[in-house]
Amino acid sequence: MELKTNYKRQLLINKIFDVFFKYLGLFFLICALIALLALIGNLVSEGFGRLSFQFLSSFPSRFADKSGILSAWVGSFAVMLMTALFAIPLGVASGVYLEEYAPKNKITTFIELNITNLAGVPSIIFGLMALGLFVYKMSLGQSIITAGMTLGLLVLPVIIVTTREAIKTIPVHIREASYAVGATKLQTIRYHILPYSAGGIITGIIIAMSRAIGETAPLITIGALTFIAFLPASPFISQAPFVSTQWMFDPFTVLPIQMFNWVSRPQEDFHTNAAAAGLILIVFTLTLTAVAIIIRNYFRKRIKW
Amino acid sequence: MFKLTDHQSSNSKKMRLKSSRGFSARIYEKIIEYVLFLAALASVFVTLGIAYVLISESIPFFKVVSIIDFITDKQWTPLFADAHFGIRPLLAGTFVTTAIALIVAIPVGSVIAIYLSEYAHPRAREILKPILELLSAIPTVVYGYFALLFVSPLLQKIFVNMTGFNMLSAGIVMGIMIIPYVSSLSEDAMRAVPMHMREGSFAMGATRLQTSVNVVVPAAFSGISAAYILAVSRAIGETMIVAIAAGMQPNFTLNPTEPASTITAYIVQVSLGDLPHGSIGYQTIFAAGLTLLLFTFALNIAGHFLKKKFGERY
Amino acid sequence: MPTELENIKAEVKDLNFYYGDVKALKGVNLKIPEKKVISLIGPSGCGKTTLLRCFNRMHDFYTNHSHTGEIILNPEGVNILDRKIDPIEVRMRISMVFQKPNPFPKTIFENVAYGLRVRGVTKRSVLLERVEKALTVSALWNEVKDRLDQQAFNLSGGQQQRLCIARALAIDPEIVLFDEPTSALDPIATARIEELVSELKKEVSILIVTHNMQQAGRISDYTGFMYMGELVEFGDTDKIFTNPKEKLTEDYISGHFG
Repeated sequence: MELKTNYKRQLLINKIFDVFFKYLGLFFLICALIALLALIGNLVSEGFGRLSFQFLSSFPSRFADKSGILSAWVGSFAVMLMTALFAIPLGVASGVYLEEYAPKNKITTFIELNITNLAGVPSIIFGLMALGLFVYKMSLGQSIITAGMTLGLLVLPVIIVTTREAIKTIPVHIREASYAVGATKLQTIRYHILPYSAGGIITGIIIAMSRAIGETAPLITIGALTFIAFLPASPFISQAPFVSTQWMFDPFTVLPIQMFNWVSRPQEDFHTNAAAAGLILIVFTLTLTAVAIIIRNYFRKRIKW
Repeated sequence: MFKLTDHQSSNSKKMRLKSSRGFSARIYEKIIEYVLFLAALASVFVTLGIAYVLISESIPFFKVVSIIDFITDKQWTPLFADAHFGIRPLLAGTFVTTAIALIVAIPVGSVIAIYLSEYAHPRAREILKPILELLSAIPTVVYGYFALLFVSPLLQKIFVNMTGFNMLSAGIVMGIMIIPYVSSLSEDAMRAVPMHMREGSFAMGATRLQTSVNVVVPAAFSGISAAYILAVSRAIGETMIVAIAAGMQPNFTLNPTEPASTITAYIVQVSLGDLPHGSIGYQTIFAAGLTLLLFTFALNIAGHFLKKKFGERY
Repeated sequence: MPTELENIKAEVKDLNFYYGDVKALKGVNLKIPEKKVISLIGPSGCGKTTLLRCFNRMHDFYTNHSHTGEIILNPEGVNILDRKIDPIEVRMRISMVFQKPNPFPKTIFENVAYGLRVRGVTKRSVLLERVEKALTVSALWNEVKDRLDQQAFNLSGGQQQRLCIARALAIDPEIVLFDEPTSALDPIATARIEELVSELKKEVSILIVTHNMQQAGRISDYTGFMYMGELVEFGDTDKIFTNPKEKLTEDYISGHFG
């Protein structure tokens, strides 16, 4: 049994192209995934053997087999902390303002346009700004606080945009319900808007952090050192008030810079160290990204308006 | 039916108290609003800060080096005794690596976008898209390692005379990195095209491919062009891959198998050294940065123009 | 009922259709005579659009549905719902006009020529001739002949819908399906489309779904009344509207529900 059409031949050609394109798409997709696997596989095969307690607990050294990432991971941790302290309040506050308070006027339009443009500015430009402004004009030096502020500003658009997106999904009737029982705007935000959009906001923060942890260029630009054989000052001291902010002003290195330093050396032993550092780095970023996806899906399933 | 619990009655007491000091509560609300407004303004200050630093540090540079020399000189040797300040070698490096990256990412990303949007089963798409997006989550320094120590040796088997540092491997790896920018954003734009437009085409006897090419892609053109522009600006501004894998010697060539420096790689190179604050060598990185910013700014404007001209047409 | 003398273009046999577990069509039997207008009426959700979209296999783009039964297309007598039959071949012969005008983001000319291009026609003279004919039949030619290169989106809603009709006619279909073609249009545009449909039956069989009973009365030769997935009554339009056999049909026609 068959249908008659006058276009059998053309139809066959159309279908051949269609099927060809389908497999081309599948092929490209598989190629991209193979590239991802090759990258991860290469890091694992080169670097996994180098992972050890010694590697985590040693400072960098002239000898590849004695080197470690102690100062790098401590530095990364400290810089991430500063970045979060800086970017989260600023980003969430801007997002809330733009979504809940901002009047529809030219200033608001300008701020929005500005955030969009800022998201497209290369990260190294942020490094140059920080070099001119934070390092020299504000005399903060090549310190952890400078690094935190630089990365904080760099990821600010990510947090602002995701905060706004999250707030946008809350339907108007929820707000109206809150106002209807006499709540003020601030109370509505505090008790309704923020809790309901928390999933989206947290997702955005995690994505921002996973981006910041791998950033290298802006930190090199502000003059982060590549060879640091000491740790920043302890935040806890023996005299009152028992906490110290000295660590914020200490020089630092971070994991990606340490990896860059090792990659740039000609000796193969150092490349092994680089692979091991890279492995730790992608475990961090991929874990953060995965957590962000899981949180997003969890909240998407849980909240049904 | 309703019985006030202790908690609720204490709440109502508080509410009465609050309304009696409604004035200060209103002031408090207003203060918070201003604080939030200042936070929103922070992004504007960042932009101003960027413009201020780049321009104020570039002015003394352009007092020493004329803009004509900057644009026309074919050599970039700021740190040599015989110093030349021609940006063209750096632009050539940026251009070649960006072009290679786009040759990889635009076709591959676009085809993947059409596949995911028009062919793939919804459940397969839900899984494949986030996995693909991992490609853009990997730190660029790791990509640099991959380009220099994995891709480059592989390519040397084909181009036997190629040096270990070359623009080709840096460009290809950069292209892999930006595939998700192209594919995810294009796919979002295509999926936003309403189903009834596709149905119109299918009802004429068109295949999925014909429908995609003739109806879906033109309708989503605005979003797809935004994806391409983002890909270009990512490639131009990408730093670590080229700094690690392309070599850092300014080299006025369009041959991708040669090593070369880009604007971004040059900034890294100078930052790694120990140039004194205020020296001409120090100022060069701001002039280079300003050039880079102008390019990304031009791309942004082109993006807005395209969006205005070809808004979603459905 | 259509008399035995008429040629039957297509025949629905015991068609059941399911969206997941929901049964949307229940044992529908229907004969589509050649070169006549058949309208399907009934309240929202009665299954009339579902039935219409079976004719050109539009359901194939969505998942989670199933069916039993057949739609036989003559003269070959092939069941077009058969999985082995390529839906594209079905659509080559049965075209469709949708509820909302859905022109492509192309010029007026390219919109009408689309179906021909899909069929591999590239000769400009052939395309021009067929486009002019289709636009003339759909009563749009005089309005657009000087601006065939303009974007179709610049046309008014009514013009867009006539353009979509021209697009569906340019490929010489054997059956044209109309899915509430005037529901998004104003009364004047609606009147023009109705006029057009009555003209078209000289050339093709027409199956039209409408929410508007008066419209069915004005333009169709036969009318089917559907309710809760069943074809309650089918017959001459005059009979259905003046002397329905079923109580349910009478209640619906007289506006007791729906």
